[in-house]
Amino acid sequence: MKKILEVRGLTKIHGPGCPLCSENTGPEAETNVCVSCGSVVAAQDVSLDLHQGEILGIVGESGSGKSTVVKTLFFDAEPSAGEARFFDGDQQLDLFSLNAARQRWLRNHRFGMVYQNPNLGLNFNVSAGGNIAERLLMSDVAHYGSIRQRARDLLTRTEVLGERMDESPRRFSGGMQQRVQIAKALATRPPLLLLDEVTTGLDLSVQARILDLILEIQHELNTAMIVVTHDLGVIRLLAGRTLVMKYGQVIESGLTDQVLEDPQHAYTQRLVASAL
Amino acid sequence: MNHSYELPVDEVSYNFAFLDEFAKREIRRSILKAISIPGYQTPYASREMPMGRGFGTGGLQLTLSLLGAGDTLKVIDQGADDSVNAVNLRQFVELTCPGTSTTERAAEANIIQSRHRIPEDRLTANQILVLQVPTPDPLAIVEPSEARRKIMHGESDYASLLTKLYEDIVQFDEIAISNRYPTRLNGHYVIDSSPIPRFDVPKMHQSAALILLGAGRERKVYAVPPFTDAVPLAFEDVAFRTEAFLDHQGTRRHCDRCDSSTSYLDEIMHPDGSHHWQCSDTGYCNDRCARRDSAGSGAVRS
Repeated sequence: MKKILEVRGLTKIHGPGCPLCSENTGPEAETNVCVSCGSVVAAQDVSLDLHQGEILGIVGESGSGKSTVVKTLFFDAEPSAGEARFFDGDQQLDLFSLNAARQRWLRNHRFGMVYQNPNLGLNFNVSAGGNIAERLLMSDVAHYGSIRQRARDLLTRTEVLGERMDESPRRFSGGMQQRVQIAKALATRPPLLLLDEVTTGLDLSVQARILDLILEIQHELNTAMIVVTHDLGVIRLLAGRTLVMKYGQVIESGLTDQVLEDPQHAYTQRLVASAL
Repeated sequence: MNHSYELPVDEVSYNFAFLDEFAKREIRRSILKAISIPGYQTPYASREMPMGRGFGTGGLQLTLSLLGAGDTLKVIDQGADDSVNAVNLRQFVELTCPGTSTTERAAEANIIQSRHRIPEDRLTANQILVLQVPTPDPLAIVEPSEARRKIMHGESDYASLLTKLYEDIVQFDEIAISNRYPTRLNGHYVIDSSPIPRFDVPKMHQSAALILLGAGRERKVYAVPPFTDAVPLAFEDVAFRTEAFLDHQGTRRHCDRCDSSTSYLDEIMHPDGSHHWQCSDTGYCNDRCARRDSAGSGAVRS
């Protein structure tokens, strides 16, 4: 299988940071806050690999740094240390050393992001179709007819009625907003899709349909995805491999079945026990 | 102007062109920078002028910094020379710039300050057009944060503006921007073309005359240098189009005074409910009328 993303030693510290930060925080210290300098260590030394068409799950309690990881990969936040390589065709791109314009290009052409809160991913001042158009326009499509057709196709694919494509997503239900977000993220057929708590806060039947949609997309387009969630059910359904994070560090990783059936770390054992 | 009016004794000592020489030099320096980077909104220290912001102080400061002895100025407001804004600015220049002259004919002027219109006759390389701008940033309608707008300009990221055009086509079947049409200069920066109608935007493309745009309140100056590409934003399959002035039969309307069928027309309504159409550029219209009258033989069709 072709590797698409390789992350090594990704660290994000909010605050001045000090040499003791890594010792003072983490699952053993049971805190995110460094006692010596007061910095918050959101993510520390996170490494992961992602292959084409694979879904990688990141699970953990709130504040464990799982969203920080995808945010830095989508350039929403700047990492304090670490590197990430993105394999684009024959090219290898060192994500964090690219200039802002190249990062924006990657964001628009190669990556897709679906946020937990549709407010972050969608522009409510324009129509649902306009949101998809915006993303296509960012990737240099400048033909109105084809933009419109593609937006209609995508919304139909994600089960948003074509007749409602010219309405503001403000008037949509939460599940529909989430589907518009997915359609927007898919507009440029990105090889990498980042999903940050996409089903949190939705009712169960809507959750199930969105998860089905994500699986279908993975089968159809062979998109690699990183799924961030605190819901073990979502991980069990979607992810082939899983990372478990706590206080900014990866405490366990492996095949999802292995992690869920035979958890090694005490925290993972508690997590699995409390879910079942 | 009121020729009996004299400057009060304490104002006689004002410098030529009202601004002090250092102020004019600073503005000229900003103008040079603006010309060097087509479409970049160059900040400058917009001075307090003896008139309210929004009455053309940005354009006026550019004009004053450029005027010298022997220069001829034309001031246009909505195409006309005799509306309040144009008259005020012209009188101010007459009062404070001895040695310069003013005119109502575009061809005679080497500096033209205008608001809402570009003259009908093609400007020449010897002329400078100064446009007054209320809101210099075309991204202001889609992005409230100026810091983020600066990054968007730097990266030439205008997708959100194009999304606005997309929304217009969805809603109205055409791009519904009547003035201040976003225009891309030299393949990079998109500018607010000032409140000129769409009709005038193509005149910026490869214009022989230097076009300077000054915003007094927002303290920005930007330029369309001579012979620079100025392309209005549009889609590949939905082209930019200008006002057509067609009547119900689909024929082009004519000016009621000079009979021009190529100029930008103003619709004038009478109290009795009838309409008629007339050139918005009064200098151009008067010229054509004068030429027709001197020729003495019917209408001159252009």
